[in-house]
Amino acid sequence: MAADTHRSTGASLLRDLRRLGIFTAKRVLALLVTVVIGVYLTIIIANMGGQVDELRMAQIRSEVAEQVRGDPAFRDLSAEEREALMEEQIQLEVERLGLDEPFIRRSLDYLRQAVLLNLGRAEQMHSDAGSRKVYNIIAERLPATLVLFGTANLLVFFASVLAALWLSRRYGSGLDRAAIALAPSSAAPGWFYGIFLILLLAFVMPVAPAGGMVAAPPPEGPWAYAASVVRHMVLPVLAMFISQIFISIYSWRTFFLIHASEDYVEMARAKGLPDRMVEQRYILRPTLAPIVTSFLLMLIGLWSGAIILEQVFNWPGLGTLLFEAIGHRDTPVIIGSVVIFAYLLAVTVFLLDFLYAILDPRVRIEGGQ
Amino acid sequence: MTPWLQGLARLRQYPSALAGLGIIALLVAMAVYAVTAIPYSEARELWRGGEAWQDLPTNASPVWTDRLLGGNAPRTIRVATDDVVMEQERYEGVRLQRAVLPVDFPYGGFPQEINLFVESQFDERQPFVRLTWRTPDGESIPLDARRVGESERISISQDRQLESRLGFTPQVGLFTDAEPGADDPQVRQGTYELVIEAIQFEETATLDANLVVYGQVHGLFGTDHKRRDLTVALLWGTPVALAFGLLAAVGTTLTTLIIAATGVWFGGWVDAVIQRLTEINIILPLLPILVMVGTLYSTSIWLMLGVVVVLGIFSAGIKMYRSMLLPIREAPYIEAARAYGAGNARIILRYLVPRILPVLIPTFVTLIPTYVFLEASLAVLGLGDPVLPTWGKILNDAQAQSALYHGFYYWVLAPAALLMLTGLGFAMLGFALDRIFNPRLRNV
Repeated sequence: MAADTHRSTGASLLRDLRRLGIFTAKRVLALLVTVVIGVYLTIIIANMGGQVDELRMAQIRSEVAEQVRGDPAFRDLSAEEREALMEEQIQLEVERLGLDEPFIRRSLDYLRQAVLLNLGRAEQMHSDAGSRKVYNIIAERLPATLVLFGTANLLVFFASVLAALWLSRRYGSGLDRAAIALAPSSAAPGWFYGIFLILLLAFVMPVAPAGGMVAAPPPEGPWAYAASVVRHMVLPVLAMFISQIFISIYSWRTFFLIHASEDYVEMARAKGLPDRMVEQRYILRPTLAPIVTSFLLMLIGLWSGAIILEQVFNWPGLGTLLFEAIGHRDTPVIIGSVVIFAYLLAVTVFLLDFLYAILDPRVRIEGGQ
Repeated sequence: MTPWLQGLARLRQYPSALAGLGIIALLVAMAVYAVTAIPYSEARELWRGGEAWQDLPTNASPVWTDRLLGGNAPRTIRVATDDVVMEQERYEGVRLQRAVLPVDFPYGGFPQEINLFVESQFDERQPFVRLTWRTPDGESIPLDARRVGESERISISQDRQLESRLGFTPQVGLFTDAEPGADDPQVRQGTYELVIEAIQFEETATLDANLVVYGQVHGLFGTDHKRRDLTVALLWGTPVALAFGLLAAVGTTLTTLIIAATGVWFGGWVDAVIQRLTEINIILPLLPILVMVGTLYSTSIWLMLGVVVVLGIFSAGIKMYRSMLLPIREAPYIEAARAYGAGNARIILRYLVPRILPVLIPTFVTLIPTYVFLEASLAVLGLGDPVLPTWGKILNDAQAQSALYHGFYYWVLAPAALLMLTGLGFAMLGFALDRIFNPRLRNV
């Protein structure tokens, strides 16, 4: 009898895993298609009206002219000959870059390269290590963004869920009312509070550095370096925390209160189960899927907000990169950043689906339908 | 309509909603005042900067903050020859004009700059002008003597020769009785005089002079690095912000709702296409795309609005509305509508959409500040509208000029306070509406 049950659970686990695998494969495929379409749309937006082509043509023209004029070998040529030579070189360059082909073919080519993360070369900018490749420039900045936003998001998430659970037990109390009253403060984004934090905690009362990621010159040794980074993270993380925490607490509290009034929870209470158990098994477990969903949706929202917050705090991440790229009008970097953002969002959405599949038994039972 | 009126009546029970409404009313009043007091074209023209602002000091803080902190920083003093009597003496072939411009200086700090704007009309020979400064003690300091053209700016505070004679920069040296080169010169309060003596060589030639002693403080909101009075941008930022927030919120929520209703009503492949488009749209990053469009095309606020609305059409909200609409689709009253022969469009627009409008209202109200801040965010990134004065553009200027580092706090605080006020006003109202129109929240 016992062996039989064992076999059947083993079989159901296998079945679950298989369904999970099929579901995951389907989602990855669907998301890949989505990313490809998204990136293609980006390329079309970036190239609408052929403005980018005109920019590139002008650039090629000026580069060739510069080259021909600066080369002593061509100094003895007459004006017409030099003109002809320039035309020829421009033609060569146009063919090399494929600018003479119709847009549809080129766009598909761009698409292939962008999806493979072959993002081309920057026009003006270069990475700190000196590379001109857009991919390297972005790869160098990505960790800074991930560290900052990962920390802030995790902090906000755990703090708000715990606080909301605690408040939902004491709803109607003074603290609960205060948290609700403070919720509208989240109308302002993080960078906005950042400005005030810089003003107060960096200039009026200098307790934390106003911007940057490490002290200059960077301290020796990994521990001193990490300590310096943490010190520099205080203000941006605090800014994000302030702008997010009250709205999160508010929405989680409402969410928990609604679920705490479900019949099965009342039933568990009536059975006399301890509060902690009711909370963990009857409130948290069934709501885990929506909690995770909303955490990842919050991540999606914050990726975009990153740009300005980083810019305000001079944090050397993707956002600042995008800002600098705007300053230089460096189109390949801008398009590359948008593609990377699209990938980040796609990965987030995928994680969302995957976790959902694990947490929500219905997905497994129905085979991902 | 009664549930709506009931809902609105219930608003009175929420003090935060009333406070929010009050703030919104204040902002609307400001917007109306801005649009009527300074016409659109004039606001654009003023914000471009230039001569209109030549009488104002650069980076002057508001008067009231200085006075509140117990300061006595100088305000700008303007004296023109038109305000005083000009004496005239005639000699052979020449006229001697003489005007004394009094400068009453009761302040505790030195002025920022001193400029004399001279305009003269003549046919051939330029008038010759001699300037003398008289202190309250009666001491005379010769300033400058030169021929002047038709329209000239004599920068007294940038006169290097005068500076070396005085031992201080002129705006300090002319208003102190300290020994030349002293470490901590103090202001000597009292009435100073600028004596302008002009020698005219033509019978009909005229001379008008306008002395501006620039203060350290100005008006209610101070000025920026281009001498522009921030009041203009703070006032005009209100209608721009409200219009952008409102239009973007209306544009995105209504289109989203209608599309969700269309998908639910037709079902099948229409619904599937809408669902897939939504998934693609979730992956498109809004702000980077806005940045890209702003960089490659134009930063016009209307183009930005268009992009926001277009990218907002298939937003994540569709999924939420869809789940709310699905049960409604099977409701008996829809069945009834079909039975009497209502068309698809009629059912979607008149029967499905209005049903969940109450749920939408709070979302819509809380969305407005999001878009107001989005516009400010773009401006802070340097992608603000090229001609319109907005709050975000003030913040951008302030940041570009390192306002916080230099201690020009007013420059950041005023637009930030207005942004915050807008955010709070709409959010407070929205949260209250949320509890009124979403009955599930009302009990908790």
